[in-house]
Amino acid sequence: MPGIWVVGEIADGGLARISTEVATLARGLGETAGHDVSGIVVGAQPKKAADELARFLPRVVAVSEPATDGNAAATIVAERIAALARNSGPDYLLLGAGPEGRDTAGVLSAMLGWPVLANATGLGWRDDGPTVEMSVFGGKLNTTNAFTGGRGIITVRPNAAAAEPAASPGKVEEASPNGEPQLPRVTVVDSVAEPGAAAPIEEARVVVAGGRGVGGEDGFKVVQELAEALGGVVGATRAAVDAGWINYAHQIGQTGKIVKPQLYLALGISGAIQHKVGMQTAETIVAVNRDPDAPIAEFADLVVVGDLFEVAPAITAALRARSG
Amino acid sequence: MRIVVLMKPVPDTAAGGERLGPDMRLDRAAVPAVVNANDEYALEAALKLTEALGGEVTLLSMAPASAPDTMRKALAMGAHHGVLVTDPVLEGSDTVSTTRVLAAALKTLEYDLAFAGADTSDGGAGVVGPGVAALLGLPLLSYAAKIEPDEAAGRVRVRRLSPTGYDVLEAPMPALVVCTQALGEPRYPSLKGIMAARSKEIVTRSLSDVGVTPEEVGGAVAGTKVLEATSPPARAATEVVREPADVAAERVVAFLAARRII
Ligand SMILES: Cc1cc2nc3c(=O)[nH]c(=O)nc-3n(C[C@H](O)[C@H](O)[C@H](O)COP(=O)(O)OP(=O)(O)OC[C@H]3O[C@@H](n4cnc5c(N)ncnc54)[C@H](O)[C@@H]3O)c2cc1C
Ligand SMILES: Nc1ncnc2c1ncn2[C@@H]1O[C@H](COP(=O)(O)O)[C@@H](O)[C@H]1O
Repeated sequence: MPGIWVVGEIADGGLARISTEVATLARGLGETAGHDVSGIVVGAQPKKAADELARFLPRVVAVSEPATDGNAAATIVAERIAALARNSGPDYLLLGAGPEGRDTAGVLSAMLGWPVLANATGLGWRDDGPTVEMSVFGGKLNTTNAFTGGRGIITVRPNAAAAEPAASPGKVEEASPNGEPQLPRVTVVDSVAEPGAAAPIEEARVVVAGGRGVGGEDGFKVVQELAEALGGVVGATRAAVDAGWINYAHQIGQTGKIVKPQLYLALGISGAIQHKVGMQTAETIVAVNRDPDAPIAEFADLVVVGDLFEVAPAITAALRARSG
Repeated sequence: MRIVVLMKPVPDTAAGGERLGPDMRLDRAAVPAVVNANDEYALEAALKLTEALGGEVTLLSMAPASAPDTMRKALAMGAHHGVLVTDPVLEGSDTVSTTRVLAAALKTLEYDLAFAGADTSDGGAGVVGPGVAALLGLPLLSYAAKIEPDEAAGRVRVRRLSPTGYDVLEAPMPALVVCTQALGEPRYPSLKGIMAARSKEIVTRSLSDVGVTPEEVGGAVAGTKVLEATSPPARAATEVVREPADVAAERVVAFLAARRII
């Protein structure tokens, strides 16, 4: 089956949200290019995720691989897909650009010798191959990229597209792989849930973020309350994370997450370049800062010059009064 | 404990002058190079481990001939040696070439653990670490928030950040660990460290030294290319509100309502 394959990622037994976005983009690409688009899901119990992926794509292959039970999955998944890709010859493999997708893409690229275009913010088709939009140099430049040869791997950033199921669901085929994977296993000894770690800040429509100006763990209550009033989630700068006020899962920026919400509201955040790269593509940026000359004032849509401990609760109150 | 840290010199994002050259490749001469931020976390974790357990940290970079200037900063933090693979052929390499060259170079070194950063601030693919592990048949322990080697047992445990907390991974050494910021803030080089770094050795290796033929790597065989580059549209002018909190709050709410966010 030549064409485009979407590698569906399993999360919590079902399909990862990122894969629904990748599948939506891939389907559009297939329509433009006149190429087949298939999904592939590898896991100990791939069926549920495969069924979900089939809501987006005409054809999905579910590969059951017991080895992913109790072992880190990415390498095993990559090895299975590499074997199938060698046989069936897809031209392009698409994955999410999150931790799981990157690990899988890295192993696949090394095994197949295929190049990677990473962190796509959009996809197109030109001259018989896909084009990949990227935002580089901290958002200073948008580039359009292509493969030089016929084949390649693309990783897609969260929020590059809104997930949209196909008009009619596709069919799921089951496949079982031959032989044992060769690369070494990594055992999962334990899985631990941590409060605050499940912060899906990349998926949120509204992010209210706190920085050093929030002053401490207690100060984040003000951030949390405003986030709740807006139906959003809490983000943070590295300064706040390094100080131990909030979990790393909330960090936005160069070494944290990249978010693209409808509204990004910054409380006590200066807007350093390493933070800016993680949030500048937000549709609307509002900042509350005591310092009118903070860098964030240069790229926010609205800046309130004032003390966040006065302004943020006032906004929360006004929102509550409004929704009554 | 012998740890090799894969460290890439990258353009300093804070300097703000990154640009593409006429060949549509990153113009590395335009901006001063710094240690890739995520690699600093990897290095910090490596230094803490060798301080606690004994042993040495070696930096491994594939970079232009000017890289020793950047590598000195990492040596000043406390790394013991540097290995630089540099060759004019490597200019314009894609991640496939980079992965091949680093894997080949790593093969010539002795180590218990190899560390890579989660991604680079210039390329940012986050695929080189996993790729090197695959080529060398090393266990891949990624997105590490804590690294606990057990030398006696010859095994390493890693806390891997998960969507809900973390997984505890375990594998035999040698292994490759992809490091995150959650490992802890990198130290600043001390004056003593800076002095000591001057006399530390950085070994330069050519492609043939690491057993890679020039035909299989570099810009000439790069699998990706930049077709176009444009500046993103400028944001509209900033509206500034300087009013008492309650009035400002009403302004914010009106602004959000006008944009249909609430
Ligand atoms: C390699 C590298 C990687 C990095 N990666 C990241 C990253 O991923 N994410 C990230 O965020 N940073 C990152 N940083 C750090 C970044 O450079 C900044 O230091 C950081 O973003 C600053 O956080 P901040 O805005 O919270 O703090 P500050 O820069 O200290 O700003 C605090 C702001 O709060 C305002 N303020 C204080 N009190 C109040 C109040 N009561 N009311 C209103 N306003 C108030 C101040 O005027 C100031 O503007 C990185 C740095 C490096 C070197
Ligand atoms: N040229 C290089 N030299 C040394 N290490 C590198 C190089 N390129 C990538 N790496 C390592 O691989 C990690 C991921 O890189 P990337 O896949 O380019 O985002 C980096 O954080 C480094 O640890």
